[in-house]
Amino acid sequence: MHRRKFLGLMGAAGAGSVAASTARAAGGKHFEGYPDSFAVLFDSTECIGCRECERACNEVNNLDQPERPFDDLSVLETKRRTTSNAYTVVNKYDVPDQSAPVYRKIQCNHCMEPACASACFVGAFTKTELGAVTYDPSVCVGCRYCMIACPFHIPAYEYDKVLEPRIMKCTMCYETRLIKGELPGCVDACPKEALVFGKREQVLQLARRKLQTYPDRYEQHIYGETEMGGTNWLYISGTPFESLDMNTELGDTPAPKFTSGALKLVPGVVALWPLLLGGIYAVSRRKDKIAEQERQQSVEDAVAETKEQARKELEEFKEKAERDRKKEVDKAVKKAKEELEAERKDEQGGSDE
Amino acid sequence: MQDSFHTLYDFLLHSESTAYITMGLVLIFLLCFWLFLIQRDED
Amino acid sequence: MSDQETGKSGSRIGPFHIITGLILLFGAFLTVYRFTQGLGPMTNLNNEYPWGLWISFDLLCGVALAAGGFVTTAACYIFGLKKYHIAVRPAVLTAMLGYLLVVIALTYDVGRPWRLPYPFLVQSGTTSVLFEVALCVMIYLLTLIAEYSQVAFEWMRMSVARSLVMKSILFLTVLGVILSTMHQSSLGALYLIAPSKMHPLWYSAYIPVYFFVSAIVAGLSMVIVEMSLARRFLRHKMDEAHERGYDDVVLGFGKAAAFVLAGYVSLKLLGLAVDNDWSYLMTGFGALFLVELLGFFALPAYIFAIGARERRTGLIKWAAGWSVLGIVLNRINVSLVAYNWKLTVGEHYFPGWMEFGLTIFIVTLGLVLYRYCATRMPVLHEHPEYTDTH
Repeated sequence: MHRRKFLGLMGAAGAGSVAASTARAAGGKHFEGYPDSFAVLFDSTECIGCRECERACNEVNNLDQPERPFDDLSVLETKRRTTSNAYTVVNKYDVPDQSAPVYRKIQCNHCMEPACASACFVGAFTKTELGAVTYDPSVCVGCRYCMIACPFHIPAYEYDKVLEPRIMKCTMCYETRLIKGELPGCVDACPKEALVFGKREQVLQLARRKLQTYPDRYEQHIYGETEMGGTNWLYISGTPFESLDMNTELGDTPAPKFTSGALKLVPGVVALWPLLLGGIYAVSRRKDKIAEQERQQSVEDAVAETKEQARKELEEFKEKAERDRKKEVDKAVKKAKEELEAERKDEQGGSDE
Repeated sequence: MQDSFHTLYDFLLHSESTAYITMGLVLIFLLCFWLFLIQRDED
Repeated sequence: MSDQETGKSGSRIGPFHIITGLILLFGAFLTVYRFTQGLGPMTNLNNEYPWGLWISFDLLCGVALAAGGFVTTAACYIFGLKKYHIAVRPAVLTAMLGYLLVVIALTYDVGRPWRLPYPFLVQSGTTSVLFEVALCVMIYLLTLIAEYSQVAFEWMRMSVARSLVMKSILFLTVLGVILSTMHQSSLGALYLIAPSKMHPLWYSAYIPVYFFVSAIVAGLSMVIVEMSLARRFLRHKMDEAHERGYDDVVLGFGKAAAFVLAGYVSLKLLGLAVDNDWSYLMTGFGALFLVELLGFFALPAYIFAIGARERRTGLIKWAAGWSVLGIVLNRINVSLVAYNWKLTVGEHYFPGWMEFGLTIFIVTLGLVLYRYCATRMPVLHEHPEYTDTH
């Protein structure tokens, strides 16, 4: 089959840019899904819990034989979920005011906006035009974030495989049957009309007609019409969906919406942090500079002051030295004078003798 | 069929991919502009 | 720790070597086991709990506790708080090793670790929050290696390379803050996609902000904790500047942590208000939520504040350790307690002994690598030939 195979990030953007001209049309951000996608309607009032769908699924997908055979209905006594070896399971529910047990088939609901695809960081999941959500093990890293993301607890992991573990889940038999124009294995195998396959619009109409024609028989809700933005597997039931362990509080927000808001804030970080940090850096640098200038100024002042003081001291010293010298000179002159005087006296005395 | 987004997922895959590339370019642009801005600052 | 002289060769065998040696040997066994037997026999992971202890602790806590790198470099190089310069290198080393170990731990957890570059090389799932986390963690690890390379270049006396790194330190720091903001918050945003599986008390549109703000607390606290430990066990490697600056760092970071924690607690209350989740506080989950918020975030905020006011570094150290525990509790609560709180069909999860074993091995590996680098390279002291680090 043909699959998007991008070359990293550039490829992803490039492949979409073909559609750039209509991105404007998508400005309203409302997406209807693939118009001609298929869907399956499960009617719990028709299901008899025979597990033929499980058997067919196992065969079509070449899964290992389970420990207990498919005609062993005691398996239904415990609540099960999908595993890496069972893409679909049927659970039995004893509902209080119902005489017979009610069965529910569990498999991938093939969301119109798949949470698993939105969560996968290698884009291993594809929402195909036919409605099936497929998985490409050739790029899967095995991070298991899809399992965290799935609101229906569907993807399973091959924990026992050492080197090549895969995510395992129902693909609506996309490759094996759907693209060949055949029915999904489980639908084909169902002996009752518990599973009906068709264009989603037609299947929805059928479900609505059933609810209208037999208002006493059905809960007036089509599970999957709006849940998580709508699914390509739809359910109608005669008992409240909660009693079949179906989460009725999911709301109609498609999964990608839960994270797209946070993801849209991310580019802002790239633009705004440099501005903010650049500003803070500039301010702190400026403060440093001013501090440095002030420091230098005070150093200069101090130096000038010391110089001035030194000059004064020098001057005083000079003056003092001058004075001292003068004194000394005076003294010397005086002394010389006295000596001269004395000499003269001596001379005079000597001449007297 | 090829020229429109049918799902929010496809739209986001495209818009986010371009956003990441733009982020890289913005980062390089801001760095260059900053260097241009402070080029003549005497330290 | 008197191997001051033998520190260079590390030849003397002490109890540290024996214990860590045994743990590393055990880790080697677990590594072989993981890559020959697979996750199935090794872990208690199941289809309801695809993420266990390794994601909770090794990834979520590991990344948060490695936030000291961007917090300290931002404080020093962008906010210009030069007195924290001595904390930069130990913090960058811890961060780099932290991120390295996160990546190493991931190679055990994911199914095909050799495909970890696929999101960038083969096919990019840009709608995924995990894509952003992976991209940022990868680039940030490279950024941290670049930041730390300055130390390694000094050690190897490669002056030209070193000065090249020094010139780009501002750019690296800003890049680090951008990337950290993005992936720290996105680790919380990972859980945004599954509102139906998360307990309302922990699920909030604010969860990316919670994760980011608490990562800042984790970063500040870890720098305090790790510097205190280094002072205790590697004191002989500390130069005088580190000795003198230590109190400044502890007091400054403690004060910052007190206020950021106060902001975090406020934010959490606002989160309760905008989602009107008050009624859940009266349930068992509410009690756990209150223990976490009041006991492990509000209380350390108060102790940090007392420590900062009265300049008691001892008190701040205890508060730092306590808030680190708080971050760990928060991450585990988000990823393992609040997640799948309504699970009716399917198995619950408690980590197996080999999961604990691998986590202990990873932490030990971090300790050994830190000690190796800190005893040989100029981390806790300046290189005598390169003293112009400012």
